[in-house]
Amino acid sequence: MINRISGVLLAVVAAFAVGGIALHRHEPINALWIVTAAVCIYLLGYRYYALWIATRVLRVDPSRATPAERLNNGRDFVPTHRAIVFGHHFAAIAGPGPLVGPTLAAQFGYLPGTLWILVGAVLGGCVQDMTILLLSTRRDGRSLGQMARDELGPLGGFAALIGTLLILIVLCAVLALVVVNAMKHSPWATSTVAATIPVAILIGLYLRLWRPGRVLEGSVIGIGLVLLAVLAGGWLDQQPVVRNWFDYAPLPIAGAVAVYVWVAAILPVWLLLAPRDYLSTFLKLGVVALLAIAIVLTHPQLKMPAVTQFIDGSGPLFGGKLFPFVFITIACGAISGFHALVSSGTTPKLICNEADVRLVGYGSMALESFVAIMAIIAATLLDPGVYFAINSGAGVVGSTPAAAVHTISGWGFPVTVQQMHDLARAMGEQTLFARTGGAPSLAVGMASIFGSSFGRGLLALWYHFAIMFEVVFILTTLDAGTRVGRFILQDLLGHAWAPLGRTSWYPSVLFASTLLVGAWGYFLYVGVIDPNGGVNILWPLFGIANQMLAAIALSVASGIIIKSGRVRYALVTLGPLAWLAIVTSTAAWQKIVSPDPHIGFIAAAADLSAKLAAGTLSAERAAVAPQLIFNQRLDAALTMLFTAILWLVILDMARVCVRRLRGLPLRSSSEAPYRESRLPAAALAEH
Amino acid sequence: MRRAGDIGRRLRARARVLWRALRAVSGDDAYERYRAHHALHHPREPLLSRRAFCAEATQRKWSGVSRCC
Repeated sequence: MINRISGVLLAVVAAFAVGGIALHRHEPINALWIVTAAVCIYLLGYRYYALWIATRVLRVDPSRATPAERLNNGRDFVPTHRAIVFGHHFAAIAGPGPLVGPTLAAQFGYLPGTLWILVGAVLGGCVQDMTILLLSTRRDGRSLGQMARDELGPLGGFAALIGTLLILIVLCAVLALVVVNAMKHSPWATSTVAATIPVAILIGLYLRLWRPGRVLEGSVIGIGLVLLAVLAGGWLDQQPVVRNWFDYAPLPIAGAVAVYVWVAAILPVWLLLAPRDYLSTFLKLGVVALLAIAIVLTHPQLKMPAVTQFIDGSGPLFGGKLFPFVFITIACGAISGFHALVSSGTTPKLICNEADVRLVGYGSMALESFVAIMAIIAATLLDPGVYFAINSGAGVVGSTPAAAVHTISGWGFPVTVQQMHDLARAMGEQTLFARTGGAPSLAVGMASIFGSSFGRGLLALWYHFAIMFEVVFILTTLDAGTRVGRFILQDLLGHAWAPLGRTSWYPSVLFASTLLVGAWGYFLYVGVIDPNGGVNILWPLFGIANQMLAAIALSVASGIIIKSGRVRYALVTLGPLAWLAIVTSTAAWQKIVSPDPHIGFIAAAADLSAKLAAGTLSAERAAVAPQLIFNQRLDAALTMLFTAILWLVILDMARVCVRRLRGLPLRSSSEAPYRESRLPAAALAEH
Repeated sequence: MRRAGDIGRRLRARARVLWRALRAVSGDDAYERYRAHHALHHPREPLLSRRAFCAEATQRKWSGVSRCC
């Protein structure tokens, strides 16, 4: 009874909050409306939809022994309490994606992004994560690629592998670009980030040699040192000579990031990657918690309109209409294919009871989605003029501050050079113009939230703390991504020449790492020399790739559900799959064939070629134009490849379904046979 | 007075639970868990040293997809 009353209460509050958001159309809205609506919607989704899917669609069986129990080896297969698995899984899926995507999508206003984050997560992302987690748990923790191969066929498996490799390349390129834009000509940010490298190495040595495995001790020391580095960076920024040592243009920083990641990827993991991951994970969890508290404490008004004029496709951050581009831009906070790789990686080996997949799979993604909601709040509480001045490339709004504020004010978002100057001063920076990529504007948003809850005088400190947190976090993703990409590449290269497939053979490690860093380094380089900021090209490409991977995961899930005979229930995964197929294909189509050079790759290449031939470009732009033209064409080809992979997997899944419906023979299910759980009844009674 | 002592005890118990959870989530207690598992299931086989176990665990963690975008 109490259950039912609280359910009804939750629904009423949710309806009230959503109604409040809908009615506040022409006046500033308070962020608390959005927070309330989001929390209620996640709780409703978790309580009813997730439960229904778990019991009816997935037929979760609490009496069935999980691989963690059957294969328990005390190492990777370990039955673990669900709260702990939730923590592990959330830490693994929580990346910079849900912070950057919503910040960029805020150019459409706060409403479209918020709605997609909520609906996409509850009906799509959470469902995908939970379903893949259960399917992998039922298959001894097999990976998405293996499941695609086992259940659909070699074609699906190969497509999943190539898709993952490509998404890693685009992901690393765009995230590295975000880092470069946050650190260019910022001695404070650059010196702080540089200092995190020796700190991480020190902690690596500590955890390896002096106090093996004392993770908490090491992390506490590391975080203390990193915070000290933020303070020291501020001091260093005041020193007239020393600050020049850390003041770099974008291109040298890009080179340094690429070299750094290459070195980090070939060093032993314990020296740099693992210790920095502890630091970035604790920082992320801390910042997320702090941000949630600060938003509730300050309950800021959102200054961005609900919907801006840029839904017509003329947006300065990236081109393209609301449909389909808001659904491409926000991938990670709503539905992210990458999560399927984690859900079919370490997590299923820890699940001690099948019933836990609801909390671990659905619950973690709901929390991740909430992080995206906070990111969109942090972006839209800024003055829209300021938001656009930080996030628009010089090629779009003009390369001088006067030109930029003129263009932006002309859109109806007033901003002045003085205002931007004062803001940059308050944040301890020379300029904030054209710092594209989302990280700096998010840092300004976070600094103003933190500043008004925990000390106004510390804005510059909060800003650089936020930048350091984002960069450290992204560097971990770059390292880890490059490593995973290297394994896939080595696996593929091994077919050509067997020794290249040996993951521990050092020449092969060097070769594959160089190839991979070279691949994303190329896109990073073009992004840096692009006067429009580069993010406008790379982020949509990343979004398309990530949604393609989600579609592959949902195809595998749908195929398995249909093979098991529950055709009707497959709608749970077929629905989001259909939506993603429509969105991704439409976006890909527009990115390839749109005649608007702002949107279409081929049109942009043609436009630039014509200008180059006519000699209307400035000398500076003419110098880089040939590379940009080649890159636009390459991006078009890459987009075609993504779309081809997407439809290949969908058709492969459809083939399996048709065979099932016609009663033709199929690959047998790769599910491990049922064995009754012998874990203590107390452990089961909890569920 | 007794009430205050009760509350203190309860707070301490809560803190202990939190501390254990924190150690488990961060992997701080991984070696102790391994040792317990080993003692229970494979008492005759050689036990890895703390250093060897932690080195192996780190290597294993980063051989797959353990971080996301």
